[in-house]
Amino acid sequence: MKLNTLLSTFFLGILASSCQSNSPKLPIIGEREVVEKQIDGKTIIDTIYPKIPSFKFLNQDSAILTDKDFDNKIYVANFFFTHCPSICPTMQRNLLKAYEKYKGDDRISFLSHSIDFKYDQPSVLKSYADKLGVDNNQWQFVTGSKADIYGLSDKYLVYTKEDASVPGGYDHTGYLVLIDHDKHIRGTYDGTNDEQVKQMLGDIDILLSEYKK
Amino acid sequence: MIIALSYLSSCHSNLNIETAQYAVNGQKLYTQHCQNCHGGKGEGLGKLYPPLTDNNYFEENRAFLSCIIKNGLEGKITVHGQKYNQLMPANPQLTEMDIAYILTYITTTFGKSDSIYSKTEVNEALKKCNITN
Repeated sequence: MKLNTLLSTFFLGILASSCQSNSPKLPIIGEREVVEKQIDGKTIIDTIYPKIPSFKFLNQDSAILTDKDFDNKIYVANFFFTHCPSICPTMQRNLLKAYEKYKGDDRISFLSHSIDFKYDQPSVLKSYADKLGVDNNQWQFVTGSKADIYGLSDKYLVYTKEDASVPGGYDHTGYLVLIDHDKHIRGTYDGTNDEQVKQMLGDIDILLSEYKK
Repeated sequence: MIIALSYLSSCHSNLNIETAQYAVNGQKLYTQHCQNCHGGKGEGLGKLYPPLTDNNYFEENRAFLSCIIKNGLEGKITVHGQKYNQLMPANPQLTEMDIAYILTYITTTFGKSDSIYSKTEVNEALKKCNITN
């Protein structure tokens, strides 16, 4: 009986809390940090979530692209290289599905970082983008120094490494990373897994609805 | 007469079973070695990687297909009227049997062929790669 009461209270609690937020919300991903701050003499506990730091790269048109270009947008980021023989084609084929679904919708962008800083110069990226079927600036392809690109991939929680022993010479994971207006990570999806890509398409809609006025 | 007929029909169905066996083995190898670029349905990817659905290309290049898989391909090709010019890596680790399985799978599943590539046919084709190249 007591257990029953407990359980029903528990379920009522869930019901009440689920009633408060009637739309689903994506979590913020990453190791959070709890800090104490002094504001007006009071101690306030604040939670800080990791953010994608500022960046500056060269895109497929040899123009400078920075984090500011993604302000007030959500975007999907990934890491690839143009002559990658392993997971990249599948990952890019799947990201292309998302690009085509949201083409012309300026609330969302796509950002592919090349991890082949030697070969993938802007002209190579341009040709690749054209052939992939990307014909507007909603999907950006960028190159930068090894330190900048590889350093940033850690922030996106994507593993990248120059490795002569793997096909193509670079080892990396094929994650598609969903970023919100505050540059927080709101989802990571295996870009080679159809189920997870489907999940991402749904999550993009959920995240976009957070910013509906 | 009856015997001849039954022989013929059994021969035909044997061929179908054999083709199916080749295609099943080919599917596994295709998933491993080809699908990343050419897609699960042989649809290719944009203008980067050609689709594997052009019957005319298959028929005109029947022998050369073995060479493409084994040695890769460099330079321009036209598939379904569209030009492609992207390096395809070689697959030196694939055996003649593997190539026979893969080509049977591709040409019967994505193309309209109903016959197998035999190991012998692949063997003959590979001998002539440098001539046709």
